[in-house]
Amino acid sequence: MQLLNTFLIGITAGSIYSLMAIAFVLVWRSTRVINFAQAGMALLSTYFGYEAVTRIGSFWLALPIAMLGGAIFAALVEIILMRLLVKHSSSGPIAAVAPIIATLGLLGLIRSLIAMNWGGQDLRILPPVSNTGFTVNGETLVFSPLKLLILITTLVLMALLTILFQRTNLGLSLRASAYAPEIARLSGIRVDLIRTLGWALAGAAGAVAGIFQTVNGNGNFSPDSIEFSLLLVSGFIAAVIGGLDSLLGAVIGGMFLGLTISFVLMYISGGLFFIAPFVILLAILFVRPQGIIGARAGRRA
Amino acid sequence: MTLNVSNLTVHHGAICAVNSVSLAVPTGKLAAIIGSNGAGKTTLLRTLSGLNKPTHGKISWMGESILGDKPENLVRKGISHVSEGKSVIPELTVKENLELGAIWRRNKKELSESLEQVVSIFPRLGERLVQRADTLSGGERQMLAIGRALMSRPQLLLLDEPSLGLAPLVVEQIFQTIRDLTTSMRLTVVLVEQNAMGALKIADLGIVLNLGKVVAVDHADALIANPAVRAAYLGY
Repeated sequence: MQLLNTFLIGITAGSIYSLMAIAFVLVWRSTRVINFAQAGMALLSTYFGYEAVTRIGSFWLALPIAMLGGAIFAALVEIILMRLLVKHSSSGPIAAVAPIIATLGLLGLIRSLIAMNWGGQDLRILPPVSNTGFTVNGETLVFSPLKLLILITTLVLMALLTILFQRTNLGLSLRASAYAPEIARLSGIRVDLIRTLGWALAGAAGAVAGIFQTVNGNGNFSPDSIEFSLLLVSGFIAAVIGGLDSLLGAVIGGMFLGLTISFVLMYISGGLFFIAPFVILLAILFVRPQGIIGARAGRRA
Repeated sequence: MTLNVSNLTVHHGAICAVNSVSLAVPTGKLAAIIGSNGAGKTTLLRTLSGLNKPTHGKISWMGESILGDKPENLVRKGISHVSEGKSVIPELTVKENLELGAIWRRNKKELSESLEQVVSIFPRLGERLVQRADTLSGGERQMLAIGRALMSRPQLLLLDEPSLGLAPLVVEQIFQTIRDLTTSMRLTVVLVEQNAMGALKIADLGIVLNLGKVVAVDHADALIANPAVRAAYLGY
């Protein structure tokens, strides 16, 4: 029972990391930028979700509203900031890193703006169902109805994303623009628009990750939430494990990370919470720098 | 004249790659642009399809100026470009690569008609629709690249070195296909080629480019017979 419990906690956390990793991958594929502001965007979307929950009272309505808000914000960042940046720093030693540094700056900016608007204190989103564990044979597990719902919701969202990418013209445009922007343009695809859409999808995925990370913890969040720093690091590590270029890789990377951390904490030591992800990242970079999903094979998804 | 280019100049930074080029291609004709490496052939073609921006000059297509238009718009005006080096997306399936060519039309019926037509032109692609493009041979990839361009139902087809890296027998096949398509679909074709003899044999008119300038324009047959062209580009 302990084993199953550890496994379920692991894949729940893993599914949240996967969503964040998907956000990293979508941005990387559309503009070749590691977006460190992703955590800030997820945090902002969580505030959007908080506002919606407070006004409407329904978590399940607030979630899509937060996704929409996150998507619009990410699209605006791409249009206003990234396009200009790429245009104005196309050469010189800074060119390659300028967009990445800009996303770090943006992360700080978003946090400050949030603090200005909502204040620095903890706010709280209540989970829609109980986070008290299921009881099996008189034994209370950590795995709860909330975790089950998080797991199901992320799986449904991933299935929808897969259908979008594999079965629709829009998905084909997204894939073609990521693999070969020039051929995409010659095929009549408006690649600029598709790039913005990639960012918007990432913003939506990040919004879900942010809200689930919050309710899966104690429900509290603030501009300085450690939960969001953790989400940033975990999502990034999961994306790297997955090869950074593959949506399937992001999911595998997220699940792998979630499970590994869960088992390490349960069977080795709970004190390794902040160390385990970094050890895993370093190990992956040493052993398979191209990620678990090989560079080329991974680009399928 | 369907395609009209006058005094077109294109720079790559400080280097002048295309220098005041003028040319005209009538409807339904196949024009071969030949010349050695670095003559500016590819740059010229990429400027016609909007991938490169010209410094100055004029380009008109069917009487309308298309100078500075983006490639994604030019496709909608009937101009399809097959860029150098088997322009297919290896990660996508053969079918997806083909669908890409018709994606802007958003019309399922037209798409399946175009697909049927392209498969009838290239039956080998029809047998491999579900395979990934990187499983194809070089010749098949070139067919796929041309097939993708045809899916857009172009009136002007711009082909950049379709013979590159292919075995002689396959090159002959590809050239014959290009000739047949020009005639049967009444396409206007601009073919850029290093393989001057092969290209001139199927072309209606030939344009010789050297260091970014047009040095000879004539009927393709006449160019083949021209001693100076023979010595410089045809190797005998």
